[in-house]
Amino acid sequence: MHLVYPLALASLLFSIGMYGVLARRNAVLVLMSIEIMLNAVNINFVAFNAYWQDNLLQGQIFALFVITVAAAEVGVGLAIVLLIFRNRESIDIDALHELGDSAAPPRALTTTRPDAEPQLEHRG
Amino acid sequence: MLTLADAVRDVSYRDTNPTEVIFILLGLVAIGSAVLVVTTRNVVRAALWLVVTLAAAAGSYLMLAAEFVAWVQVLIYVGAVVVLLLFGIMLTKAPIGREQGLDGENRIAGAIVALAAAGTLVTLMVDAFRNQYVDLNGGAAATTAKTGEALFQAYVLPFEVVSVLLLAALIGSIVLSRQDDEGVR
Amino acid sequence: MADNAWIIPALPLASFFVILFLGKRMPGKGAYVGIAAIAASLVVAIGIVIQVVSHSGDTPFVRERAYDLVNFGAGHWTLGMKIDGLAAFMLLVVCTVSLLVQIYSTGYMHGDKRYTFFFAILSLFTTGMLIVTVADNLLLMLVGWEIMGVCSYFLIGHYWEEEPNSNAAIKAFLTTRVGDVGFMLGVITLYWGAGSFKFTDIIEKAEAHQITSGMIVAGTLLIFCGAIGKSAQFPLHTWLPDAMAGPTPVSALIHAATMVASGIYLVARLYPVFELSSAALNLMGVLAAITMVGAACMALVQDDIKKVLAYSTVSQLAYMTGALSVGGYTAGFFHLFTHAAFKGLLFLGAGSVIHAVGTNNMSEMGGLRKYMPRTHLTYLIGCLALAGFPLFAAFWSKDEILFDAWNAAHWGTAEEGVLTNPGVGKLVFVAAVVTALMTAFYTTRMYCLTFRGKYRGTAHPHESPLSITGPLMVLAVPAALAGFLNSPWTTTAHSNFGSWIRFGGAPHAAHLDPTMVVFSVVTGLTGIAVGYLVYGAGMPSRDPTLNMGFATTLFENRFYVDAFYLRAIVRPVRVQVAAASYWINQNILDAPPNLAAKGGVVAGELAYSFDQNAIDGVVNGSGRVASIFGRGLRLLQNGNVQAYATGMFAGVVALAVIFAAR
Repeated sequence: MHLVYPLALASLLFSIGMYGVLARRNAVLVLMSIEIMLNAVNINFVAFNAYWQDNLLQGQIFALFVITVAAAEVGVGLAIVLLIFRNRESIDIDALHELGDSAAPPRALTTTRPDAEPQLEHRG
Repeated sequence: MLTLADAVRDVSYRDTNPTEVIFILLGLVAIGSAVLVVTTRNVVRAALWLVVTLAAAAGSYLMLAAEFVAWVQVLIYVGAVVVLLLFGIMLTKAPIGREQGLDGENRIAGAIVALAAAGTLVTLMVDAFRNQYVDLNGGAAATTAKTGEALFQAYVLPFEVVSVLLLAALIGSIVLSRQDDEGVR
Repeated sequence: MADNAWIIPALPLASFFVILFLGKRMPGKGAYVGIAAIAASLVVAIGIVIQVVSHSGDTPFVRERAYDLVNFGAGHWTLGMKIDGLAAFMLLVVCTVSLLVQIYSTGYMHGDKRYTFFFAILSLFTTGMLIVTVADNLLLMLVGWEIMGVCSYFLIGHYWEEEPNSNAAIKAFLTTRVGDVGFMLGVITLYWGAGSFKFTDIIEKAEAHQITSGMIVAGTLLIFCGAIGKSAQFPLHTWLPDAMAGPTPVSALIHAATMVASGIYLVARLYPVFELSSAALNLMGVLAAITMVGAACMALVQDDIKKVLAYSTVSQLAYMTGALSVGGYTAGFFHLFTHAAFKGLLFLGAGSVIHAVGTNNMSEMGGLRKYMPRTHLTYLIGCLALAGFPLFAAFWSKDEILFDAWNAAHWGTAEEGVLTNPGVGKLVFVAAVVTALMTAFYTTRMYCLTFRGKYRGTAHPHESPLSITGPLMVLAVPAALAGFLNSPWTTTAHSNFGSWIRFGGAPHAAHLDPTMVVFSVVTGLTGIAVGYLVYGAGMPSRDPTLNMGFATTLFENRFYVDAFYLRAIVRPVRVQVAAASYWINQNILDAPPNLAAKGGVVAGELAYSFDQNAIDGVVNGSGRVASIFGRGLRLLQNGNVQAYATGMFAGVVALAVIFAAR
């Protein structure tokens, strides 16, 4: 078999999974897209393993490990998604932007924040 | 630099055998269902299309003479992971049925990057491995026995480590998803 | 003795400094120091004169000593002295008159508030004149010349609290300064021609025809300008009458005997060079003729006794210049010698009279011979001398002048080597005769109005003290008898004035031409007679000189020369030239510094704005750019994880492309 076929398949699947990771709004859908990417990688491993005719079957073993880790990762990932859902009643990724900067200009660094100092004094 | 067309053209100096045909068909199925996974508006349907994709991938493994990996794929991915994902969909009250706006703000940038990645990777692969062939009839056939031997002899340490990893993931997800009505975190 | 002649100017110079610094504290307020110094100088001068007189031999007596001061490559300037017969007799004149004037001043200036300063300046002035006398080169003479100019300013302006007096001092200084410009140019020209400042070198080169005639003519004409200024010849004569504003001893010293004589002396020193320049001689003759007649006219109508004497001085100086212009070297200098005696006497006598009656105006005098016998007698001797009365001093010198003019006019035997134009000679002769007539007349007028008739004033005239009348009596002797130094009956071929002062050639005898005697006697006696007729009994009811109509007006207004100078020179300079200079100074000369200052201000402002806007702008701008970038880049952090992931993947793809393309 021409080696190009599995490799091309793997590349296309990887890109499709990439698109899904970047574009989907539902967090679970993002996880699904990650699975697609991991599968593409697995196809790559197995193809090369067949190509090299490895005695140790490195490619396949690695593919096995990838599958295992992917499963673990999905579990943990879903647990996190559940937590997010509990906090916000939605798993819309676009709504998770607390770490982002707003469009308003930042406060000047030189002005003293009126609530900063009193806290320190009270602690003393 | 060769294009895909050239690569396809080059292939014709060896006869296309049935294995390749089946593989190409499976590949098309995989790609098609993957595309549907990432574009469909129905979350549940996306999960089901994912099943199809994973199954096609398993078929590809079979074609590449990796039977244990193929069955493990079916067992774990199709069996466990998808179920898990479906549970997750249900628990997060994702709307069953069509919903608007499943695609995020980022989809255009994402599409561009994905297309770029696709183009780059495919071109690279085709250019690099234009003349390479997989010999499936040699001793490359990896039986389950052989896989088991490799796994428990050469790779026993990573095997154990992965077990510990699984354990950690298990505990972690339990801890994470526990309801904290006792107030203990 | 002549070798040590440098003592003569040195002593008054020393006394100047002593009087200036210590005079106020000394008994006699410094006067005795000055008198002692000049007396010592006089002793040395007499010694030199004896040496000259007793010198026998075919070559004239000359002693030179020089001390090199500055050597500037092309030439050198020496501090030197040249003592010959001319210098010796001039020294005698200066020292004598100066001494007498100083003694006189102790009486006349008694109680004056600037007594000490007066004596100090008198000493300095004497130093200047003595330097002029003994100098062996033109530069040193110029130094003495200028010293005299400055001192005359101080002395004429002694009573400077009255504005007319300070104005007179300025007028004297500036007018002589105009002449000094020509003098300095003449010095430069002669140096250029002869390569040296020394009289001896210039004369040698000129006689050896090593100087171009053009340079000789130019040099002599320019040097004569200095003489015109200092010796008050037309057109620079206007200062002398006004200089009478100074105290009378000053007038006696400066305007009778010394400073005004220095111009004549200068010409005499360079006479061998002048003899080669007919242009200079002709000019001298013409100016002399104009001056002597004009001044005599103006003397006719004066009321101020000192003014009469001033105009008389101008006229007599013109006599000397006229003599020099027609080749009469001996005649001219001899007249200077005698003039110093009798004019000094007359001035001091006038001072005595003024001191007694308190006014200068003859209309307020009269009949003073009863009150001031000694003054009267000495004054009479001086007047007789001035008028050219036979056997008195001026008779001899005037006679010789007439003789030389007669010869130069080619009416007599023309002398060899006299380049004066015969026309000029004729002019000088006629002018001299006319002037002699007028001189006799106005002198008689002056004498009669002062001493004869009835006293017309209001003061109580009395004889002056001995300090004043003493010098008068001393001066009366040479005024009466000096003429015999050059008469053929009392002198020999070797020992006459002319031989003593000659500068070249063998000694020659003095002579008296009978034709000239006739002229002199006739004119002199006629003038005296007419004057006595009119004024003998004192002031007539109608003074004829004041009633000559147009002539009187002309003479009283000094031929309008002063008015012309005022309109044409003084006012334009004071008003327009001064304004123009002020404008030039403010706008043109001050323009560079002003512009520089403005430029500095502009540059400062530019620098400030550059600093504020450009440099600080760069600094501020970089901050602003950073903040703009920050604000822009901040928007990348929108919190969307997928956006971050997009960036990451895009970067990876880009890297892959780059590595693949390599």
